[in-house]
Amino acid sequence: MISTAPKPSEVIVPPQRHYLNAGYGVKSWLLTTDHKRIGLLYLASITLFFFLGGAFATIIRLELATPAGDLVSSENYNKFFTMHGVVMIFFFLIPSVPAVLGNFLIPLMIGAKDVAFPRLNLLSWYVYNIGAIITLYAIIAGGVDTGWTFYAPLSTTYSNTNVMATGVGIFITGFSSILTGLNFIVTIHTLRAPGLTWLKMPLFLWAHYATSLIQVLGTPVIAITILLLAFERAVHVGIFDPALGGDPVLFQHLFWFYSHPAVYIMILPSMGIVSEIVATFVRKNIFGYKFIAFSSIAIAVFGFLVWGHHMFVSSQSVYAGMVFSFLSMAVAIPSAVKVFNWTATLYKSSVSYQTPMLYAFGFIGLFTIGGLTGLFLAALGFDVHVHDTYFVVAHFHYIMVGGAIMGYLGGLHYWWPKISGRMYPEGWAKLGVLTIFVGFNLTFFPQFLLGYMGMPRRYHAYSEEFQVLNVMSSAGASILAVGYLLPMIYLIWSMRYGPVASANPWPSTGLEWRTSSPPPPENFEKTPVVTWHAYEFKPRDQAEIVGEF
Amino acid sequence: MAESHAATVEGSGPSTTALAHHFEDMEQQREAGTLGMWVFLITEIMFFGGMFLAYTLYRSKYPDEFARGSRELSILLGGINTVVLIGSSLTMAMAVHSAQTGNRKKLIGFLAVTLLLGLTFLGIKAVEYTEKFEHHHFPGVNFKLGEHSETASQVAQKPDGAAAQPQAQKPVLDSKRVQLFFWIYFAMTGMHALHMIIGAGALSFLIYYSRKGRYTPEYYAPVELTGLYWHFVDIVWIFLFPLLYLLGLHE
Repeated sequence: MISTAPKPSEVIVPPQRHYLNAGYGVKSWLLTTDHKRIGLLYLASITLFFFLGGAFATIIRLELATPAGDLVSSENYNKFFTMHGVVMIFFFLIPSVPAVLGNFLIPLMIGAKDVAFPRLNLLSWYVYNIGAIITLYAIIAGGVDTGWTFYAPLSTTYSNTNVMATGVGIFITGFSSILTGLNFIVTIHTLRAPGLTWLKMPLFLWAHYATSLIQVLGTPVIAITILLLAFERAVHVGIFDPALGGDPVLFQHLFWFYSHPAVYIMILPSMGIVSEIVATFVRKNIFGYKFIAFSSIAIAVFGFLVWGHHMFVSSQSVYAGMVFSFLSMAVAIPSAVKVFNWTATLYKSSVSYQTPMLYAFGFIGLFTIGGLTGLFLAALGFDVHVHDTYFVVAHFHYIMVGGAIMGYLGGLHYWWPKISGRMYPEGWAKLGVLTIFVGFNLTFFPQFLLGYMGMPRRYHAYSEEFQVLNVMSSAGASILAVGYLLPMIYLIWSMRYGPVASANPWPSTGLEWRTSSPPPPENFEKTPVVTWHAYEFKPRDQAEIVGEF
Repeated sequence: MAESHAATVEGSGPSTTALAHHFEDMEQQREAGTLGMWVFLITEIMFFGGMFLAYTLYRSKYPDEFARGSRELSILLGGINTVVLIGSSLTMAMAVHSAQTGNRKKLIGFLAVTLLLGLTFLGIKAVEYTEKFEHHHFPGVNFKLGEHSETASQVAQKPDGAAAQPQAQKPVLDSKRVQLFFWIYFAMTGMHALHMIIGAGALSFLIYYSRKGRYTPEYYAPVELTGLYWHFVDIVWIFLFPLLYLLGLHE
């Protein structure tokens, strides 16, 4: 087992046998039960959907470059922002980190040969794709225009677009999310290597454990909600449409009971990534390990108790509003615990400014802005002012794009040597992260101002006084698009031409770095015995890492 | 726990072939399977939970209409089904016990009786559904309450007449709200019946492989996990029966 960082003069020889060359041909991929290959299958699927969702965003930003609704009709504009939301949330953000990096890394990090249920893992990828194909059909057949929130009775009765097919697609894809979450919970409980106690686990695992809890508890609720909605739309009997005696606000409650915690499905895994990156690139034990670990669980628990803040103006009682307002603010506590602990880890340290660390810095800054504006929105009075404006749009993009995607890309770079066995080109990668950071802020910061000034979301035309800020936003979006294309190009390039990576290029302490890059099909030559804490670093001048197995 | 695993690996016969490559030993595999099933059952609770929430909301909003709708359900048939299901849970538990003790004949027998009771439940449910359709109790344009019910015809004539009624009389029932009851009844019992059908499929699978002698005292996880699932589906019915059938009893 290689446990030291290579000296620059050393020639690194890739392993003879690894999971990528263990089998060739389409069948060896489509019928694989290797968690590492399934992670890559997911990577291919969600990347496709990421760029599809991005294409819809491009149309939205092009339309909004001018005040008049001149590029697309208002009906089509409704469809484009709906499909942007549906594709990005259900088909990219929810599966992004767990299904790709979680799948690849969780067994490696706990010293196991695979996840607990490898066949269910493969099934989850197929289920995802079936749902995705049905949703693609809905998009090609003319799209859907209800907003990604599918509020009744618009979705049950009045919309003439492909609500049904989209709903079925999301319903099916939900099961892939449930299967992934179920698999991770059981894997982390039962397959940890000898000596790897809960409080020795890397924080990435704690974050994924919390995420899996949400997936398992939340997703069935959106499943039954969509099912009831689909029946109501199909046979006009049901419980949501007031014309049938039902209550449309019940739909909103059920929908947000899943869809608010879903935000934590997106952000928690990225927080886990940032914990790994920060510790590695300052070569220090992370500050407040237990606090970061349990704050993930706290976010998962609190996350289920705040859904009512989406309904402050939807006939919810003021008293319920006050309780939800208070609880929403309470989520800031575990979130801030994380941010403070990362910052404290950086204190008086010497930082290696490599690409993953730059993404982590981006995450911490942008997530803080997104989180703090979330507190504004949790305040009852201010929320009424900015409800359904671009302020809300900017807020959740700071969390989901500035937070979740920054973390995802940071993690993809950090573990790329392990995944592909090759290093990415550092110069291009730094250019990429810089482009994304600049593009992102130019896109979404003006939207805070627009929302505060009163520009509502979901309109394809707006008053002239909003144009300057909208042009800035559209310009930023084109920079952001270049920023996202860069990693896709150079990462694919590096799979063939990048320098060969050592087993532990950074170097770091985790179990995943104590096997070859790329790992063999069974992950480890022998089952590791863990005797060290997750972030036990030796001083920088001693390159070797603590612990042997 | 990992140290204790090592000792049990060299078990012979079917237990070693049943061990998947990524587990250390049978004990770990069994633990993973059981935990996985429990987590799955939790997702099921959340799934049914959405419908229980809808039930709670509308029942507290429209108690009279729910009681009226409930009186149309047959307590006799529902009661028989409850007994049938509880009986099937007992035979399922006996089947798991027989698998544990390695009594293959008893295992097959108890599984068969469980399957039979499950099918009986579905048969009675089918009779009930047919009755409901014949009496136009399925919500939708053809919905109506029985002819002997004067409230129904009143509602048909003047749907907004509630305010005009003297207080001494029974409150006029809104047909839409009674339909809500029936829609929730069909959604919940239908979803339950779907789970029963899946359970019956799993039982048939178990019977087929028990006859082939796949299950031994070392390896009977599929029997045990199907048992957990079967008990869960049973418990859902234990909640559905009083909430739907016994609601209109008082008065």
